[in-house]
Amino acid sequence: MASIQVNGTRYEVDAEAETPLLWVLRDTLGLTGTKYGCGIAQCGACTVLIDGQAVRSCQMPLDGVGTSEIRTIEAIEQDPIGHKVVEAWVAQEVPQCGYCQSGQVMAATALLRQTPKPSDADIRDAMTNLCRCGTYNRVAAAIHQAAG
Amino acid sequence: MLAKIGQSTALTIKPIEGIANLSRRGVLAGAASLVLGALLPAPPTRAQPVGPVKPGTRVPAFLVIGKDGSFKILSPFVEGGQGINTGMAQMIGEELDVDPARFAVECAPPGPDYAVINGLRMTGGSFSTRSSYMLMRRLGATARDLLMRAAATRLNVRPDSLATDDGQVVHAASGRRLAYGDLADDAMKLAPTEDVMLRDPATFRWLGKPVPRLDVRAKSTGKAIYAIDQKVEGMLYAAVQHAPHLGTEATAIANEAALKAMPGIHGVHRLPGAIAITANSWYRARKAAEAAEVAWSAPPANGFGAIAADYSSPRMLAALKASTAQAITAEKEGDAEAAFAKAAKVVEADYDAPYLAHGQLEPPSSIARFNADGSLELWLPNQMPELFQSVAAETAGLPQEKVILHSPMLGGFFGRHFVYGPGNPFQQAILLAKETGKPVKVLWSREEEFKRDALRPLSFSRFRGAIGADGKPTAIQVRTVGEGPLGRYFGVGANGGVDSSAVEGIVEKPYAIPNRAMEYVRFPHPVTIAFWRSVGHSMNDYFYEAFFDEMADAGKQDPFRLRMELLKDKPRHRQLLETVAAMSGGWKRGPYDAEGGKRARGVAMASPFGSETATIAEVSLDGAEIKVHDLWIAFDPGSIVNPAIVKSQVESAAALGLSATLFEELVYDGGLRQSHNFDDYPILSRASMPQVHVEIVESGAPMGGVGEPGLPGVPPAVVNAVAALTGRRIRSLPLSKAKFSS
Ligand code: FES
Ligand code: FES
Repeated sequence: MASIQVNGTRYEVDAEAETPLLWVLRDTLGLTGTKYGCGIAQCGACTVLIDGQAVRSCQMPLDGVGTSEIRTIEAIEQDPIGHKVVEAWVAQEVPQCGYCQSGQVMAATALLRQTPKPSDADIRDAMTNLCRCGTYNRVAAAIHQAAG
Repeated sequence: MLAKIGQSTALTIKPIEGIANLSRRGVLAGAASLVLGALLPAPPTRAQPVGPVKPGTRVPAFLVIGKDGSFKILSPFVEGGQGINTGMAQMIGEELDVDPARFAVECAPPGPDYAVINGLRMTGGSFSTRSSYMLMRRLGATARDLLMRAAATRLNVRPDSLATDDGQVVHAASGRRLAYGDLADDAMKLAPTEDVMLRDPATFRWLGKPVPRLDVRAKSTGKAIYAIDQKVEGMLYAAVQHAPHLGTEATAIANEAALKAMPGIHGVHRLPGAIAITANSWYRARKAAEAAEVAWSAPPANGFGAIAADYSSPRMLAALKASTAQAITAEKEGDAEAAFAKAAKVVEADYDAPYLAHGQLEPPSSIARFNADGSLELWLPNQMPELFQSVAAETAGLPQEKVILHSPMLGGFFGRHFVYGPGNPFQQAILLAKETGKPVKVLWSREEEFKRDALRPLSFSRFRGAIGADGKPTAIQVRTVGEGPLGRYFGVGANGGVDSSAVEGIVEKPYAIPNRAMEYVRFPHPVTIAFWRSVGHSMNDYFYEAFFDEMADAGKQDPFRLRMELLKDKPRHRQLLETVAAMSGGWKRGPYDAEGGKRARGVAMASPFGSETATIAEVSLDGAEIKVHDLWIAFDPGSIVNPAIVKSQVESAAALGLSATLFEELVYDGGLRQSHNFDDYPILSRASMPQVHVEIVESGAPMGGVGEPGLPGVPPAVVNAVAALTGRRIRSLPLSKAKFSS
């Protein structure tokens, strides 16, 4: 039994220690907003915040989480920066199929937390999540909007 | 070594047995004939009625008005990013007089009401909006008329004394108002009026306007539910390990006992071409599936559903090039032979493009559950519910009406979710649910998806152009050798005719080149081929438009001006070219000096899916790599429903087209696919995303498609710009194969 803290709630989880956090979130806790895209830290669809940092949960084993605070897309609007990011995403109509967007919103929130006024180069360096629908320019526009 | 390979030796492919090859169970014959008509470029006029129902007309099949003031649309189409749910709400809402923002939209279950594309139903071919625009407006107007008549009876007034206002019927004289929700029961009992009046377009509030997408908030907060997110009570999770070679079977699992002893494992199963593990979590199932030590039968010879041990992309391409088979005519005009005999100059070039994966970000999954009442219930990503339903029924041994199908929102599709035989997980889910007696959810890992995704076919065309003494092209000949998905899956061209999906983009070009001879040789692939965003246009417009520039160069003509000249009787095309030139600050080819070094531009046109595009790309060299700075796209789909969604669809299609131009190829070697995930199948990332500028031109021509047409102009515009910059003609994609030096 591992114990993890997700969106302010503590959960006892019955899963092998190496189980990626992604699958604990999705299948054990039913938090399906965090998406599976590649499983090898390439696409970013599974991005969550761990102690405020963007982490690709498909490569984060359950026993690597420890006592850290995990935030998922389900609770992103309770984060003041995350809330702004979501509003910018809606205003810019970023999502198309939407499948990558949970991860994009999480990564953008982490970026703005660290760099409140990111440059285009900051966005390029930080926002490496893939989007097969090609929403990259709208993602960037929304980040600038959220930065105010 | 390659030179020795002829199609008779290296690539012996079993004779085509027709549509039955699509699935191992050979169940698609009926569906195919139904489908055929509407996929042809010019739909046949003969009606294909499905039972007594006239598709797209029965209000209750499409519209559920709740007493609580809710409005739900049951859509013939599935939302996968293209914005069709919002479009449906605009089309119905405008005539019904309900703000589109108030609608919930979901994909309807199978049923004859939804066969709105010439008697069939699918989400594809960029058909959704254009096929349903008038139908859905009429449906909204019919519903409004029913509600007003019900209100007239209720209020005991004449119907013509009533008006409506965003979900209410209003009797202005008395100031009384009745909500649609209170009238719906009565209204649905009335007989619909045959010829309801439609709104004057001049009074549209929502149609043609940038109405916000209905799903952006849900998709920005993780609340949108895709197939992969579904869960049913008591289900097992299943993971699979597919045979490395398509067409082989598991003969033994050496460590079966050890697998069964792994935590949470329910069972180890054999499926056609795969083994499966069921477990109480997907991660546990996957670990066991990956750990399975499976012995596979020897790869058979190439055939449908079978890839030989020596199959490779280069050998397939060599075979396409070497084919001497008698071709059939795809387009013929004038006397090309005579024009070549008189030509001042002749240009020749071979063009090819690779197999491509869809790479939609949501890996495929399916849930199957046999219910106590004998029905089979399925949740699966699909672009064609009735076809999946019929294949599922056959797999389960049930009548079709016993199969309940749910079609959740798609995490991208681009042609991925048609029925592709071994390329879909739903039959595996059905077989496993049957075997285990429990509901089963099969999810393919990204690696398993790369093994079985159906692919955009590797393609080849040989071009010859005759240039007159004045430097203008006088004739063009094209020989296309290959196979398209319409031929494979829907029998188009089965009786010796042309498969339009193999030659679209090469035939029916608008240019006034007087002598044309396009021919086609059907050359089947053993690979599971697919529809891929913009289908044949995805490579053929690249081939043709790049070769066009070669002809321009040979005749010392500027490629933009030559296009303008050869389109002098085509005002619609000229306007697009002028628009795209203006958008980019006036046509200039370059190379010219710009920030960070020299840049150049290329131009291309395309006429996909009833729409027209003109595209200009600007490129530079960044070390040894091509960098695309800007794409300008002028897009004329005739008329539109939502300019904001149209623009984002064009941006999205352009990004996918650029991804294919720069990076993508799925290579076979030794009968095996050489890509396994996004690390060895790179797709466009932010680092390579250019600025994309889109301008919509509404020429008023019949409504064309929107989802796909932004793509085909991008590869040739980029390649033509590369030629202007470097002097090198890239005749084989992707560009990442070419080595440039700055
Ligand atoms: S699923 Fe984790 S990065 Fe792709
Ligand atoms: S919106 Fe579809 S993958 Fe990004």
